[in-house]
Amino acid sequence: MRAAWGCEVVGLLRIKRILLAIPALLALLLGSTLFFVSVRAQPGLNQLTISSIGDASFLNPVLAQDSASSEVNGLVFNGLLKYDRDLKKLVGDLAENWEVRAGEYPQITFHLRHGVRWHDGAPFTADDVVFTYERIMDPKTNTVRRSDFELVQSCEVLDPYTVRVTYKEPFSPGLETWGIGIIPAHLLRGQDINTAAFNSHPVGTGPFRFNHWMSDERIVLDANPDYWEGRPHLERIVIRIIPETSLSEIELLTGGIDYYGIEPHQYARLSADHSLEVFEQPSLGYSYIGWNLKNPLFQDVRVRRALAMAVNREEIVRYVLYGLGRVATGPFPYHMWYANPNVRPLPHDVEGARRLLAEAGWKPGPDGILTKDGQRFSFSLITNSGNDLRRDVGVLVQRQLAQIGIEVKLELYEWSVFLKDFIMPRHFDATILGWSLGVDPDCYSIFHSSQIKDGFNVTGYSNPEADALMVAGRREYDREARKEIYWRLNEVIANDQPYCFLFVPESTAALRRRFALLETADGRKRLVPITISKAGLMYDIVKWKVVRSPELTP
Amino acid sequence: MGRYILKRLLQNIPILVGITIISFVIIHLAPGSPIGLTMDPKVSPKIIEQMEKNYDLDKPLHIQYGLWIKKLFTGQLYSFKDGRPVTNKIAERLPATILLNVVAMAIIFSLAIPLGVFSAARRYSALDNLSTFLAYTGISMPSFWLAYLLILGTVTLFGYPVLGIKSFGLGQVSPLAAFMDRLWHLMLPATVLAVSGIAAISRYARSSMLEVIEQDYIRTARAKGLSEDDVYYRHALRNALLPIATIFGFLVPSLIGGSVIIETVFAWPGIGRLAYQAVLARDYSVVMTILTISSALTLAGNLVADVLYALVDPRIRYGG
Repeated sequence: MRAAWGCEVVGLLRIKRILLAIPALLALLLGSTLFFVSVRAQPGLNQLTISSIGDASFLNPVLAQDSASSEVNGLVFNGLLKYDRDLKKLVGDLAENWEVRAGEYPQITFHLRHGVRWHDGAPFTADDVVFTYERIMDPKTNTVRRSDFELVQSCEVLDPYTVRVTYKEPFSPGLETWGIGIIPAHLLRGQDINTAAFNSHPVGTGPFRFNHWMSDERIVLDANPDYWEGRPHLERIVIRIIPETSLSEIELLTGGIDYYGIEPHQYARLSADHSLEVFEQPSLGYSYIGWNLKNPLFQDVRVRRALAMAVNREEIVRYVLYGLGRVATGPFPYHMWYANPNVRPLPHDVEGARRLLAEAGWKPGPDGILTKDGQRFSFSLITNSGNDLRRDVGVLVQRQLAQIGIEVKLELYEWSVFLKDFIMPRHFDATILGWSLGVDPDCYSIFHSSQIKDGFNVTGYSNPEADALMVAGRREYDREARKEIYWRLNEVIANDQPYCFLFVPESTAALRRRFALLETADGRKRLVPITISKAGLMYDIVKWKVVRSPELTP
Repeated sequence: MGRYILKRLLQNIPILVGITIISFVIIHLAPGSPIGLTMDPKVSPKIIEQMEKNYDLDKPLHIQYGLWIKKLFTGQLYSFKDGRPVTNKIAERLPATILLNVVAMAIIFSLAIPLGVFSAARRYSALDNLSTFLAYTGISMPSFWLAYLLILGTVTLFGYPVLGIKSFGLGQVSPLAAFMDRLWHLMLPATVLAVSGIAAISRYARSSMLEVIEQDYIRTARAKGLSEDDVYYRHALRNALLPIATIFGFLVPSLIGGSVIIETVFAWPGIGRLAYQAVLARDYSVVMTILTISSALTLAGNLVADVLYALVDPRIRYGG
């Protein structure tokens, strides 16, 4: 009783002071942290730090679907083949060379590189290749890559360094699919690949070894001293997960990261910074407005052409992409060998568009909206929310089409709703979308009429000549012959305008000026500035080296 | 008291089960699926169908619910996103979120109570008006906006990175430096997380203080000739703080909800961000488990609030 009373007197008299003191102490403690961060050492020097907007999922090339995982897997694993820096032809990776025997049942024989070791020291052999193939084909494996290998009849070991693949029918796009990362049989055999611990502790053959992964924070990779192309000059690559691109910019400026893919609006700002080097390269993809061809509004090709002519695609590139893109001419990115350079985009011509629409029977109605047989030219244009670029395109298109008397209602839906309720059931008038493409020109799944029902031919495009060309392109292994096929396909599709082809965006990246390529030519080493190629900035990552800035100035 | 707590705990079990059933149904009714969310022209729809089968997503909802419960209790629950056990994923994130919330809570109570009490003591003074103004600003300000302003301000002013849970590249340093670095990284997110709490609690503290001051026993205390300080800080404060104790319990779930935005903006590797990404990716197993944990926390928070109320106010007794 006495004790409690004593406490009370002391406590209560001072409560006022305590109430004041606590916030003051808290502020002091938090403020003093500034002193400690200011004396902190800089991050390790001989490393490259990249930011990624999302965390990786599966560090296993068979299971991975997202770009963050693919980026890591590309450093840790190797495929049998890869593209050269200009994305023109395939070159050997784990396969030293290979032969294709064309015919009704084409065969590819891969001759594997000798002396390649997994990061745990075990030798890489043909067994691993067949194991990877078998895991992909197992229906229990939750991989989307199985579609790539469905036309494979068999994949067999001829000897420890030779693998033979036989196809059920000619399928030239199948060749590049052997660029998928090969996984080690000795570590995964007998395990449930979907939930194996391997998927977060990968062991590959690539230039960098997995070190550790802290979920949603970072993934750390170390140089592989035994890499068959030679040890990478960088000691370490760190992939930091930074969930916002504006935060990445802050980290880039404070030195927390060296490299990341920037947004168009950041390009001019970051180009002005001398500590940074900014790169751009046309990307492998394009954006488009897809017209649902089941809708009578869009069935007349004159109408589709008129719509494309009324949409000012140059303006879209200028204002939405800040000029970092080019108007698309058809279904192929303009910088690839299979895009036909003679196909020009439809001109921006409002008067021409009006004339074409009048020809097709559309006349201005009492409210200024085009009308035909009592029907107003009005449709809804949908796209997914959360993609500001597509939203902005939609707003511009809405305004541009209003000028020729077409009413556009722009609607945004959350991605999964958009996909499951509108796009896949073909329940839309027109949609703004984009395709990210592979390197191979095969676009069978996007434009072939067999894909209208439940494939990705969402607009319902069907043209017998295009169908025949797409099939021929898949069956032809010769590059020159394929080029002719796809150049013609480019013309046919551009002529039919199943989409209004909008633009091929540039992909842009900023890199801190502290790296160079260490090239060895004629036994002499020299430093060369890093340049971007069609295969991306990181193509020569093995040769990257951290240098002090004076060495970099030419 | 013990019997009361036990009874409440038992009552909470059916509530928790009900919550999980309702959330399970809602999440599955939302459009989309954990797989096939990409438009990859190289993936045939057949493959997606096969994968849905592998994940039992083709089964009726009540069977899926049963499977979820079974997997949850046998530790066989794997994330759709990366195939890792859900319990591991949550366990490795939990410390970061708890740390952030404890610090935010400390900031809230150490600032809000003095602020409320002092502004009640000098009602309509400049201090009171200022705190009223700040409280309403704090409540109405979007937290992500404040977060960006603070990040930009701190980075331009000091030039040190603020994102994440610790400085990137922090190697072997003394425990003190590591602690201070952690605190530096906690400061901004915890402050932003605390802002609306400070604003709300300081209002509660102020009004509850003002209410107490109107009471007869305060008039008695004044009539006795006690000094104003004695009246306020000795007699009024104790009674005024009673309702605040209850609020503490209700604050727990709102802090977990609030961390979704804060954790994303500050790249904080906590539960909120995990939950947000899981919802976007329709990673049912992760979403459901986090929902269950946070509902359990909410129920526990309510219970703690009631128990606290009884502890600080001897007049309150719960029947057995």
